[in-house]
Amino acid sequence: MLPAPLRRLTRPVAAADYWQKGRLRRFIGEGVFRAVLIDRNSETREVDPVAVMAAALDQKHSLILFPEGTRNTSDEPALPFRSGLYHLARLRPDVELVPVWIENLNRVMPKGEFVPIPLLCTVTFGAPIALGTAEEKAAFLDRSRQALVALAPANGNEP
Amino acid sequence: MTPTQQTIALFLGVAAVLTVASVVGFVLERRFAAEAPSATIDNLNSRIRAWWGMVTLIGVAFAFGKGGVIVLFALASLAAFREFITLTPTRRGDHLALAVAFFVVVPLQYYLVWVDWYGLYSVFIPVYVFLLLATLAALRQDTKDFMGRVAETQWGLMISVFALSHVPALLGLQIPGYEGRNLLLIAFLVLVVQSSDVLQYVWGKLAGWRQIAPALSPSKTVEGFLGGVASATALGALLWWITPFSPLQAGAIALEITLMGFFGGLVMSAIKRDRGVKDWGWMIEGHGGVLDRLDSVIFAAPVFFHTIRYFWSL
Repeated sequence: MLPAPLRRLTRPVAAADYWQKGRLRRFIGEGVFRAVLIDRNSETREVDPVAVMAAALDQKHSLILFPEGTRNTSDEPALPFRSGLYHLARLRPDVELVPVWIENLNRVMPKGEFVPIPLLCTVTFGAPIALGTAEEKAAFLDRSRQALVALAPANGNEP
Repeated sequence: MTPTQQTIALFLGVAAVLTVASVVGFVLERRFAAEAPSATIDNLNSRIRAWWGMVTLIGVAFAFGKGGVIVLFALASLAAFREFITLTPTRRGDHLALAVAFFVVVPLQYYLVWVDWYGLYSVFIPVYVFLLLATLAALRQDTKDFMGRVAETQWGLMISVFALSHVPALLGLQIPGYEGRNLLLIAFLVLVVQSSDVLQYVWGKLAGWRQIAPALSPSKTVEGFLGGVASATALGALLWWITPFSPLQAGAIALEITLMGFFGGLVMSAIKRDRGVKDWGWMIEGHGGVLDRLDSVIFAAPVFFHTIRYFWSL
């Protein structure tokens, strides 16, 4: 667990459409986790999610991003990354992007289930990565996804 | 002595042994680890510290009587099942079955032990849960590795919940002439089996050189096994005064449960080897997980329970 002063500066990035539905979710999302809420609907949104994240970074906050954009229900170790990570890396090139593998997170509470099961979770941190000067979007997203998947423990907990 | 006096005498004895162990650990660290840090001495000392914690926990549970012991072992079952399932490749289709196992099966099994309903708690998990959880998994219509997933979930429940619940179940046995003293049966079981583990470790470190099961565990030796089992059996015979057994019977039963405990260590090591891990978890410093510490008690408890139930109880 992070020490309290760091925890106060660390915020998850989450979907506004989910976390703004109902008073309880709003309280948990904004009050408890102090989430940076972004609008996933590119058709109707008025603010750019990458700008929202960059603004939080400018306030010296650390962000927890889930670059798959949703929970993984496939048999792959990770879904392809969404492009937000690339746009953020281009907008704030000095920010360290640290891959973090959370083992068993998906088994504790798969998408669509209501009761979490209390498994032991381990968190593995990798070396920070940065966007190369001439790196293409697809290549960067693929490279960062591989950096994450490489952290998965090899003891066969994956289905 | 009254049962309470016997219990207190027993705990004082254990505390005396642990005090000696702590002093020895302290001296070893001063003598040898000062110049060159030694992983063995560090591990020995963290094990001794953890033993103080575990003995204190059991002491507190004993002070609360039957309710305390049931709560303690129910929590141990939850922790053990959690470690087991963490290392089991379950899939999304098992989620409901696992949630039921954690939040319904564990409390219900210990409730049945609490109300002494032997006829149900001895078949609840092997029969009813066995059939129910397979059904719940089938309803999710994910057939990949189905047999393996269902079997492993059931195996985890049998080990971490069903077998372990036989420790508090000892409190429900009615043994003529032994009324009000059943907590001491738990003390006997835990003390003999855990001493056997410790003595096997000590004998192995001091005199062990022939590996007994190199493919399962590099640290288990023939000398450790023989010395540990023999000395734990002798300890059991010496503890006859807290049991309903004669000294000879106490020794025979101690031999039986130390052998079961050794088998438990072997079986659980085989699983860990297959999963590529050294320990089940990291809850108990120096020991690993709850399953690492309880594997021997888990295998010994049902056999101990049924031996007494058949030969001694009403």
